[in-house]
Amino acid sequence: MRKGNRKTFYLKMVSGSLIRRASRLIIAVLAIAIGATILSGLVTIYYDIPEQLGREFRSYGANLIVLPRGDAKITRETLSKLKNLIGSNKIVGMAPYRYQTVKINEQPYIIAGTDLEQAEKNSPFWYIEGEWGNSLVGHEIAETLNLKLGDSFMIQGVKYGEQAEASGQNLSAAENQKRDLARQNFHKSLKVKGIVSTGGAEEGFIFTDIDELDELIGDTFRADVIECSIIADAKELSDISKKIEKEIPELQPRAVRRLTQSQDIVLGKLQALVLLVTVVVLIITMISVYTTMMAMVAERRREIALKKALGAENKLVMSELFGEGVLLGIIGGASGVFLGFEFAMRVSLNVFGRGINFQWALIPITIFIFVAITVAASIIPVRKVMDIHPAIVLKGE
Amino acid sequence: MSKKILELKDVSKIYGSLKALADINLSVNAGDWLSIMGPSGSGKTTMINLIGCMDTPSTGSVILDGVDISKENAASLTRIRRDKIGLIFQQFHLISYLTAVENVMVAQYYHSMPDEEEAMEALEKVGLKERARHLPAQLSGGEQQRVCIARALINSPQILLGDEPTGNLDEENEGIVVDIFRRLHSEGVTIIVVTHDPEVGDVAQRKIILEHGKIVDDINQSL
Repeated sequence: MRKGNRKTFYLKMVSGSLIRRASRLIIAVLAIAIGATILSGLVTIYYDIPEQLGREFRSYGANLIVLPRGDAKITRETLSKLKNLIGSNKIVGMAPYRYQTVKINEQPYIIAGTDLEQAEKNSPFWYIEGEWGNSLVGHEIAETLNLKLGDSFMIQGVKYGEQAEASGQNLSAAENQKRDLARQNFHKSLKVKGIVSTGGAEEGFIFTDIDELDELIGDTFRADVIECSIIADAKELSDISKKIEKEIPELQPRAVRRLTQSQDIVLGKLQALVLLVTVVVLIITMISVYTTMMAMVAERRREIALKKALGAENKLVMSELFGEGVLLGIIGGASGVFLGFEFAMRVSLNVFGRGINFQWALIPITIFIFVAITVAASIIPVRKVMDIHPAIVLKGE
Repeated sequence: MSKKILELKDVSKIYGSLKALADINLSVNAGDWLSIMGPSGSGKTTMINLIGCMDTPSTGSVILDGVDISKENAASLTRIRRDKIGLIFQQFHLISYLTAVENVMVAQYYHSMPDEEEAMEALEKVGLKERARHLPAQLSGGEQQRVCIARALINSPQILLGDEPTGNLDEENEGIVVDIFRRLHSEGVTIIVVTHDPEVGDVAQRKIILEHGKIVDDINQSL
């Protein structure tokens, strides 16, 4: 009675064929590894594009505007609730704005108190002559008032809850100014740190720190609007809006559709392109494996004929060749996953300037796909085994 | 009286208009050592393919161990070949990526179950135990042929069939292989060898000569 294990010997034959004939199979492994590299790389990019592109789109400004419901204002507590609800990992920037009318040289202007750091994150497309900081003056205002970087200008206004007094028509300018400096009014000299050019309404505003503005007007935090830049596509944004409406009823969120729709269109096209390239790569890999397996079967005609002469049935010889295909798929697929991540990382760093996360699920998925591709591509070549007749191939010379 | 192990009755093999074998009648008893000789194109290879279950006759019957194999299909012939025939080739045909012992185990694997211990014993019988872990490329021609013989014998076949087994060997190795055949014959193994080499043909117990697909001589050399 023979002592042994058929499975162990099968594995020994299959692995022996690959290891000891490595130089012959390097082309097949390379074809699979390159295919797997591109596939896993593109799939990584495919799944990372929404986030990467979402961040890119965030540089085009806020995509969610949150307003108070009715005449109420937004308190700091509500702002903090909103932050928690959206989640800090999704927020690129969240800037509250409080608008206040002030006078400069007796002419009315609007000053916007905001969190300048968050506003910068929300609006990286603003062109700032000078630098971000307290205070920024819109290009239009700077031209009207002939303000340059480093210049100081005086703002005046009525404190929160106080009544404004109209300028007396029979009073001189000096007397009117003296009246404006009375107890119910505020005044402060601001310095131009930067001049804002956006091509939009922002050029007609003065921007300062919201806490300083609150202190100046003698009030607590009360924002008129919150501009949010959130990493989300149109659907996610709509879900977030619904959640805000449900959980913070005093707020009414408004998604900036123009931005989210453009983001979805670009994203859809990019993902379709990646998908198309992936399919093409899979087909090319399949053709490569097919031709390599065809060459391999032709090259090993004698060995196959010998096995059949020794009594191996077709299915047994075919199972050995498929086994080699599976092993090739595993080796090529596994190396491709890691090379693919490196490839995706380089693409992401070069295109988006950011790294990407390794998708662990890609390891089994890529290996499975390439084993399936290798086996599928091997079907026709391996079936050639049935046409090999030992008597013809092994004929002596 | 020895058992009749092989019988060819009125066997012909026709390829198109070519009659490779014509009405061959031949009986081989168990334990016989038969050599088949003849010039190129005489039908030696066709005959060995029929006896080795690698082909079927156009007419007539080939009865191997009491079973008429001439009407069997390819799958059935494969099974019969696996169980009853041990093949030795002129070009050895060892699997290049398997060691000597693994090459012997391949035949076990296709037959029933690989058993390394038994394969090592077979290599020991042909004097190659020490070279068991070598790849074919690391063995000489004579050593490769001895591995081929060990592989052919490992499943205890009813007939050991050699197609020019010394055709690629030098004189020294030819002598070694012939000695192995002598020993196997003395142990009762049935040996049928196709050869061009008169020295190998002459040491067999019986020699048949083929010409133009016909047996022209059948010489009993044991007398």
